[in-house]
Amino acid sequence: MWHFVSPRIVFGESSLSSLEEISMSRALVVTDNNLVQIGLVEPVLDLIKKSGCEVLVFDDVEPDPTLAAVELGKVVANDFQPDWIVGLGGGSPMDTAKAIWVLYERPDLIPAMINPFIKLGLREKSRLITIPTTSGTGAEITWGIVLTDSENNRKMGLGNRENAADIALVDPALASGMPPQLTADTGLDALTHAVEGFICTWHTDITDGLCLNAAREILHYLPTAYEASQSDSPNQERFKLAREKMHNSATSAGMGFGNAMASLAHAIGHVLGSVFHIPHGRAVGVCLPYTIEFAARGEDPSRIADLAGLLGIKGASSKLGGKFAAALRNLSQDIGNPVCLAEVGLDKKNFDDQLEKMVDDAFNDTQIITAPRAPSYQELEQLFQYIYSGQPIDF
Amino acid sequence: MAHKFPSDEWVKAVRELLNNSDSYQRSAKDWEGDFIFVVEPDEEYADTAYLHLELYHGSSPGAAMVDPDNLPETEYTLNAPFSTWRKVIDGKLDPIQGMMTGQLKLKGNLMKIMRYPKAAQEIVACCAKIPTDW
Ligand SMILES: [Zn+2]
Repeated sequence: MWHFVSPRIVFGESSLSSLEEISMSRALVVTDNNLVQIGLVEPVLDLIKKSGCEVLVFDDVEPDPTLAAVELGKVVANDFQPDWIVGLGGGSPMDTAKAIWVLYERPDLIPAMINPFIKLGLREKSRLITIPTTSGTGAEITWGIVLTDSENNRKMGLGNRENAADIALVDPALASGMPPQLTADTGLDALTHAVEGFICTWHTDITDGLCLNAAREILHYLPTAYEASQSDSPNQERFKLAREKMHNSATSAGMGFGNAMASLAHAIGHVLGSVFHIPHGRAVGVCLPYTIEFAARGEDPSRIADLAGLLGIKGASSKLGGKFAAALRNLSQDIGNPVCLAEVGLDKKNFDDQLEKMVDDAFNDTQIITAPRAPSYQELEQLFQYIYSGQPIDF
Repeated sequence: MAHKFPSDEWVKAVRELLNNSDSYQRSAKDWEGDFIFVVEPDEEYADTAYLHLELYHGSSPGAAMVDPDNLPETEYTLNAPFSTWRKVIDGKLDPIQGMMTGQLKLKGNLMKIMRYPKAAQEIVACCAKIPTDW
């Protein structure tokens, strides 16, 4: 028995305009200040206001949102009493919006209590719309909420099936102006979701197709989307197509891994994010080739070989894991991203000083339990070292 | 030697494996909180059984099948019918997915247990390693 959860998805060109058709009276828009500054928020507010809806913007969301930010948002929501909450932005504002929504509906909870084993009873006061402005996190779809416990410098995997959004508006125009680094980082996040959703031990018949198609599209379109981000004439048809394909694929990957799980690259990536503040997509994108190699050297590498084969990577099945990892590293280099942590610019001494904490935290990250090959503590420590130095996995 | 499930020997065998598991010791190194696994009756098993597993800082100081009239107070209880336990121990049902779909019912401080998913997985991995008579 398992569940497949998804919001109603309105996607494609001009899908944002469907906001006009949603009857709202008080909307709390959760976003980040940077998006307000670059002018992405105002057109959304204008659409919401057209029906006479009152709007309040909460833009105190930082990257890697903290438990404290969510608590603050809860107070704002309680004062404003919205009937809709709108999460607008990348993963951070959307995850924050989900958490604020839960706490607004359930004032008896604190963020750390949002877990998948309880009945929340949401939708008594309000509903949730998610609007992604990057093509990566899939947070518009997923019910998972990643928050940072800043006291312990650790990311917490929270969430409950009920807190998936009611409606996701997936309009490619909102992500078409992403700069090169953001395009690369978020694209690699989406690719990692697609790959890990397919290889994790919780994958299902229902999620496999979504993950596979997303992985195929991202491998094909991410380099062009990256080129678009650097181009003086980004409105060329091939660029627009690549941007739209990336936006839809990030959402499909979200539906795939969000209803299965991610895996080891996310367990390690979460730690690199909380300890060294490496942007999430860059962190998981660096880790993925190594975790693929590690899984491919396990007792049953068939899942990796299957995916590599389906993605058109050719060769003897025993070699497919290595070839797949090499293809992922080539892609990262093509879009200007690092392939090891030394290239990310982490100081080795600093890295070594934090290693024990990082291995401890990754060992108890929620995403490690679905790894196709479960590492021992020592193997996990070795993985960190290899990912730092760039040495392909040989154990 | 295979052990009957549920039984005193079976839960003591789990304890022994846990105490030899490096992965458990590492992942649960600051864990405090005992469990009672409640095996509920169904068409395959007529009784109710209570298996007490003591857990403290990465090891298990004690384990026993306990009498319902004399249940120790524990931080957690995990309830499921016999046939659901069998699926978990046979590796056919992931216990966390089982809890997320209401097939296993966990009571206790859920906020705390969310921080120890690997430790929870290791306990089940140890259960699965025990040759079991049904
Ligand atoms: Zn991710």
